[in-house]
Amino acid sequence: MTEPERRAGDAPLLQVRDLTVHHGQLRALDGISLRVLPGEVYAIIGANGAGKSTLLRTIAGLHAPTAGSILLDGRDVTKVRPERRATAGIAMVPEGRRLFGSLTVEENLLVGGTYARKGPWNTERVYEMFGWMKDRRSQRTAQLSGGEQQAVAIGRALVANPRVLLLDELSLGLAPVVVQRIYGMMPQILATGLTVLLVEQDVSQALQVATRIQCLLEGHTTLEGRPSDVTAEQVEAAYFGLGSPSPGSPPAGGPRGYGGAGLGGVAPSEGKEAP
Amino acid sequence: MVWVNDIIQGVLTGGLYALFACGLSLMFGVMKVVNLAHGDLAIIGGYVALGVIAVTHIPVLWSFVVVVPIMAVLGYALQRIVIQAALDRGALTTLIVTFGLSVVIEAGLLQFINANSHSLGVGNAIITSSFSVGSQIQIAYLLLLIFVVAVVVLLGLQYFLSASKYGRMIRAVADDREAAQLSGVDYRHVFGIAAAIAFGTVALAGIGYGMYSQFAPTTGTDTILLFAFAAVVIGGLGSLWGTLLGGVVLGVAQQIGAQINISDEVLAGYLVFLAVLILRPQGLTTRRAQS
Repeated sequence: MTEPERRAGDAPLLQVRDLTVHHGQLRALDGISLRVLPGEVYAIIGANGAGKSTLLRTIAGLHAPTAGSILLDGRDVTKVRPERRATAGIAMVPEGRRLFGSLTVEENLLVGGTYARKGPWNTERVYEMFGWMKDRRSQRTAQLSGGEQQAVAIGRALVANPRVLLLDELSLGLAPVVVQRIYGMMPQILATGLTVLLVEQDVSQALQVATRIQCLLEGHTTLEGRPSDVTAEQVEAAYFGLGSPSPGSPPAGGPRGYGGAGLGGVAPSEGKEAP
Repeated sequence: MVWVNDIIQGVLTGGLYALFACGLSLMFGVMKVVNLAHGDLAIIGGYVALGVIAVTHIPVLWSFVVVVPIMAVLGYALQRIVIQAALDRGALTTLIVTFGLSVVIEAGLLQFINANSHSLGVGNAIITSSFSVGSQIQIAYLLLLIFVVAVVVLLGLQYFLSASKYGRMIRAVADDREAAQLSGVDYRHVFGIAAAIAFGTVALAGIGYGMYSQFAPTTGTDTILLFAFAAVVIGGLGSLWGTLLGGVVLGVAQQIGAQINISDEVLAGYLVFLAVLILRPQGLTTRRAQS
C-alpha cells in the first residue's frame, strides 16, 4: 500500500460500479455507481429505506452484492472479506455506533487500532481531538451519552488509519447541537488526508460538508453533483421522487408511483431540512 | 464436625467442576455455542494423557504439559473446520453438530479402545495420599491440588481476557462480531483461539478427573457434561468466576446429600441446580454476559 497513494489526474480512490444488492427477494440497490476522489467528502443522501446504509455496508463487505464491483485504489475488493477490507484501508463508523459495550473507551480504541495501517492517527491523537475522552478512558462505553459514544466510534475507526472513512448516519438519535459539534470535527479529520464517504438523512448537514452528493431513492440514483451545482428544488425532487430532477425543468407535482418495490414509505415528514 | 468436613470436601470437589465448566462457559460466552461434546472432550484429554504417559513415560502430574497443547490445537482445528461451519448455518445447527460430535467420540472410543474404565496415576503417592486436619477431616492432596489449579486457571484466564491483546479481541468479538470485523478482526480466528483455551482447560479437567476417579467412553456425557452444565447454570452463564461458585455449590450440595443418604449424592446436586433454575435463572453471580 506504500505505492503511489495519490495518482495523477482524477483516479478515484474508491469506485463502485453498477452495484446491485438484494435482501432476500428485495432489491435494495439497483445499479449504483460512484467515484470518490482522494480527499473528497462524498455524501449519499436519501430518505429511510433508500438503500444508503446498504450501500455503505456493501462497500465495507458486510453484504455481498448480486452484481457489480467495488474498487479501492483500482484494486477489486468485491470478494474480499470485511476484515481484510478494513486492513486494506476501508474503515466504517456503523449506524448506531456499535461500540463494544463491555469494553472501556480506551479498549474500544485499542481494538480499532489492532491492525492499524501506518499513519497519523493513534489513541493520543484521538484524545487530543476529543478533549473529554482521555479523562474518561477507563469508563465502559455504555455509560457515555449518545454523542460521546459517536465520538468513540469515530475514534475507533480513525486509529486504524484508513484511506477511506465510511460514516453511516452520524446524526442518528443525536441532538442537533451534538450533530453540529461532531460535523465540526470534519476539517480536522480531512486535514490528515482522509477521504470520506458518508450517508446522511439530514440533508442540510450533508450539503454543508460534502464536496459531492448523490441522492438515492429506493435503490436508484436520482441526483448526482456538487452541492453548489444543484438547486434546493432538485434536491427535494430527487429526495422525494417528484418528477424529473433534470436541471431547468420544474418538479412535476405528485409522487411517482413506485409500485412493487415497497421499500418503506417515503414519508414527507422525514428530513425535510432540504434548504 | 461431620458437616465441616462435608463442606470442605464439597468446596474442593467444586474446583474440579469449575475446571470442567469454565471452557463450556467461555465457548458459550464468546460464540454462543453450547458444546454438547464438552464432557467427551474431557475424556479424550484423559485418554490422550494415558497414551502420552505410555509412550513418553512422563510423570502423570506433568502429562498436562503435553496433553493441554495437543487439545488446544485440536480445539482450534475443530472450531475452524467443524463448529464454524455449523455456526454459519445457525445457532441450532451447533447444538446438533456438537451432539453428533459427542456421539461420534463415544462410539469411536468404544470401537478403537474399549469399554473398560481407566484411571491415571494409580499407585502414585501424591495422588492417593491425604493429610488430616484434626481428628475427623481428611484432605486428599489431589483434590487440594486440583482446586488450586482451578483457581490458577481462572485467575490466568481473567488476566488474559482483561489485559492481553487477544483477550481484548475475544471480548470485542463476543460483544459485536460485525463491529469487530470492521476493525479488521477476523472473528473466525478469535473463535478458534477461544475454542483452543476451552479445550485446553477441559483437558486439564479430564486429567484431574482421571486421577480423582476413573473414566470410560461414556463418562463424558453421563457425568462430566451434566456436572459442567449444572456448575455453569448455578454460577451464571458466561461468568468465569461464576463457574467456580457454581462448582463449589454443586460440590457442597452433593457432599451434604451423601451425608444424609449415600445414594442421594448426585440427586442433591441436581436439586440445587433445579432450584437455581427456578428461583434465579440468571445464576448466582449477577454480572451477566461478562467473561
